[in-house]
Amino acid sequence: MSKDAVLNRIESVNDFVIRFANVNGTGSASANNMFAKSIFRMGIPVSPKNIFPSNIQGLPTWYEVRVSEKGYVGRRGGIDIVVCVNPQSMAKDIQDVEPGGYFLYDSTKALDLRLMRRDIHFIGIPLTDICRKEYSDPRQRQLFKNVIYVGALAALLDIEFEVLTGLIADQFEGKEKLIAPNVHALELGFHYATENFQCPFGIRVKRCDNVGNAILIDGNTACGLGAIYGGATVAAWYPITPSTSVVDAYEMYAKRLRVCPASGKQNFAIVQAEDELAAIGMVIGANWNGARSFTATSGPGVSLMNEFLGLAYFAEIPAVLIDVQRTGPSTGMPTRTQQSDVFECAYASHGDTKQVCLFPSTPKECFEMTAQSFDLAERLQTPIILLTDLDLGMNDTMSEPLEWDDARAYDRGKVLTSEQLEDASERFGRYLDVDDDGICYRTYPGTHPTKGGFFTRGTSRDEYAVYTEDGAAYVRNMERLLKKWETAKSYVPAPEIINAEHGSNIGIIYFGTTRAAALEAVDHLIEDNIAVDALRIRAFPFNHEVEEFIAQHDTLFVIEQNRDGQMRSLIINECEINPAKLVAVLNYDGMPITARYIQNKVAGYLESANVEPLRRQAGHKAERN
Amino acid sequence: MTYLRPNFRHPDLPTNELGYTKKNYEGSLSTLCAGCGHDSISAAIVQACFELSIEPHKVAKLSGIGCSSKTPTYFLGNSHGFNSVHGRMPSVVTGANMANRDLIYIGVSGDGDTASIGMGQFVHAVRRSLNMTYIVENNGCYGLTKGQDSATADVGSKSKKGDANPFEGIDLAALALQLGASFVARSFSGDKEQLIPLLKAAIKHPGFAFIDVISPCVTFNNNPGSTKSYEFVRDHLQATGTVDFVPMRKEITTSYSAGTSQEVTLHDGSVIHLHKIDDKLDIHNRRSALDLIQEYKSESKILTGLLYMDKEPTDLHETIGTVHKPLRSLQEKELCPGNNVLQNINASFR
Ligand SMILES: Cc1ncc(C[n+]2csc(CCOP(=O)(O)OP(=O)(O)O)c2C)c(N)n1
Ligand code: SF4
Ligand SMILES: [Mg+2]
Repeated sequence: MSKDAVLNRIESVNDFVIRFANVNGTGSASANNMFAKSIFRMGIPVSPKNIFPSNIQGLPTWYEVRVSEKGYVGRRGGIDIVVCVNPQSMAKDIQDVEPGGYFLYDSTKALDLRLMRRDIHFIGIPLTDICRKEYSDPRQRQLFKNVIYVGALAALLDIEFEVLTGLIADQFEGKEKLIAPNVHALELGFHYATENFQCPFGIRVKRCDNVGNAILIDGNTACGLGAIYGGATVAAWYPITPSTSVVDAYEMYAKRLRVCPASGKQNFAIVQAEDELAAIGMVIGANWNGARSFTATSGPGVSLMNEFLGLAYFAEIPAVLIDVQRTGPSTGMPTRTQQSDVFECAYASHGDTKQVCLFPSTPKECFEMTAQSFDLAERLQTPIILLTDLDLGMNDTMSEPLEWDDARAYDRGKVLTSEQLEDASERFGRYLDVDDDGICYRTYPGTHPTKGGFFTRGTSRDEYAVYTEDGAAYVRNMERLLKKWETAKSYVPAPEIINAEHGSNIGIIYFGTTRAAALEAVDHLIEDNIAVDALRIRAFPFNHEVEEFIAQHDTLFVIEQNRDGQMRSLIINECEINPAKLVAVLNYDGMPITARYIQNKVAGYLESANVEPLRRQAGHKAERN
Repeated sequence: MTYLRPNFRHPDLPTNELGYTKKNYEGSLSTLCAGCGHDSISAAIVQACFELSIEPHKVAKLSGIGCSSKTPTYFLGNSHGFNSVHGRMPSVVTGANMANRDLIYIGVSGDGDTASIGMGQFVHAVRRSLNMTYIVENNGCYGLTKGQDSATADVGSKSKKGDANPFEGIDLAALALQLGASFVARSFSGDKEQLIPLLKAAIKHPGFAFIDVISPCVTFNNNPGSTKSYEFVRDHLQATGTVDFVPMRKEITTSYSAGTSQEVTLHDGSVIHLHKIDDKLDIHNRRSALDLIQEYKSESKILTGLLYMDKEPTDLHETIGTVHKPLRSLQEKELCPGNNVLQNINASFR
């Protein structure tokens, strides 16, 4: 960019999207994280997202950071600044810049003139050259190149330099001799930029106080912590992106927080299974035997676990399964995000099965819902499937801090002790609905020498767990399971309902990571004079509020990140509602859904359908929830 | 905790050290075909547990799917049982064992359940050295689905339909040996004298104990031409020795003539005596066991008895370093680090 550029420039403070185009495996991740975190530490909301290939080294990888003083953390769409350190993807990266935006590149090699655009600003920094002069070790040349562009951005965007050096100090705590060279690399970039460009340029950051006491954490780490706090002692798993880091986090914190001080031995067991069938089998075995146990996987793993999930449903064995959803089968696109396992999980397995599913939207909910899953699994004696996705699981996401109420106690459900068995006057019946809520009492193996023992099997048993192939006994059991399903509705998390100021006859329904984009779209729609009420589903079975909300609105947009409108179909299948009211808004290209997309779809539909959004009568307004 | 012993007892029924009669170890009435080899194995398990004076509720019995996998209902009625899914018993036992290392785990499987659909899980349970007794009730066919050849059927063996099996049979005992199982034995459902002591030794073994029990299917695989029929097996059996198991607490009364018996001390101090018919086998030598299996196989003979035993087996809990207390007994105060710690964790994410 020459200093006297005349073309249009995007000018903004604390409101932009920047994308880093890197090569996988070149050490760019930690520099990019440092960039995002420095802005976060300046009190400005950020949301970084990794877009990575199914590859360990060599393919293009992107890191997209949205900076939003207003606190919008969903994907916005559009890119204002590209930092391109990858010649492979340069042509496309140039195309992707918004008109008036900025393209930072390594100018060691001259730009291919055919790629030039006249409506964006090119900022060349000879990164390779600087490194070649400064460092002799090729590995250092590679690594510091990343730090140098962060230094240049600090000058261009006006990031506080001390914040960056503070981050470096934190990052290399214990390896102090690495601090000085990293700070030096930052300075190299910083000085190059100040000497050669007008700094700050059109887009810049400015300290504010909009992050409060928020934390920046990925959902998988929060899930791993939730399993620690929820009392999980047995983890069984098989590696699969994007779920692997759930168990990694569990292990890391368990090694810190779950070691018996007296013996130095572990208060937990992690088994890397031979496949997902074995992983869920282990989880079921451990829960059957009274331990809290979980597994984490993604769609293909859930497919393999299907038979066992049915067994656990019928035999009524608790289990916790975290499904970090990703795109379709095979490899490649699967390292992109999606919400396409709704069907797979909700009705997992053969026979008449319904599985309890939870849908967290934020890291805080990942933590809380994972911990809660263990209570629910034991209370309801059934598998609990927590559906997150790659976007939430693997990206640092701004979140309210995690909280634990020290006064709360684990709900271990209906389990009889040996004393209770000894004192019981009635014969123990494992599948006897004593309390009329569909949930029966269970015993752990090894409790009492002569009472409470029973034989666990999928079907073909009576209330006393005695083998029978009697059809009537089968039907009685299936009816009781339905009663339990009804009971579950009062235990699972209620939906989050946010009504428009004066209510509306139009509603939107969404779940999981769609939340951030949906809430932002609601704001933008209001600016267009379209008021909508919003409901976020947090669990399956659907609580009664979901049905009520649908009844109260004339048109409802069900927004989700899959092709088939799976949640919409699930609602139609499970609720007594008019399906014609539900309009599908679907995004499934592997990238997180954006507010712009939702806004356009909703506004476009209303316009073409000639729907005049009516304000609902005040008296008709649903409670804010 | 102490419990009252059952006070109504048939005066003639012998009791074990714990005061239990054999009845306390029995299960429901079997629904298998009359004469099925699997029922004899259930009876042997009842006898072994009775003789070992195991508290019945300290055993968990688990299985996959098949006629063989149905049998845990027919023994140890006071124990918790789990009839899981086809071929996946090993993973369920693994999880159960991780939850509570203090119970005794008996896994019952079939040759279809183990050598086909469950091969992966079997192999990995052996490899992890899970502390359990793994019994394959091996009839060379799929009993429950009406007699198809299984992967342990010997090549050339004839099924009920009369077709000769064209594929090589898998020898599960040899496989377990290769995979590093710390206790490997083979027996025959009809040979109580051999099977009961072997079961007792396997149950007492503090590591992975595998027993391949040839157990003819009277309905689908007891025809001339099948290599797992009663007649065939009886004629071709070659025992490595009869095994007698004597817990340490009792005086060893049986006398064994020096040249023919081998004394084996088990991990908990109990002793088993192996009467060797064939003294070529050193039961602490994995390779010699494998060689001998091959040698007999080439003569169409089935080698039975204790084939291998590691005196110092490892257990998965030791490998991963879990506490001695069962994980399932840990309480919230040992498991949940509390809000203060969480606030420090929050700080690390700012
Ligand atoms: C996933 C699955 N596939 C197939 C079956 C049908 N099936 C039930 S038992 C069995 C074979 C059992 O053979 P084996 O383990 O040798 O037991 P046996 O009946 O011979 O004792 C099969 C194929 C099943 N139950 N589950
Ligand atoms: S079919 Fe064969 S294996 Fe099954 S019960 Fe009958 S005899 Fe036994
Ligand atoms: Mg069989």
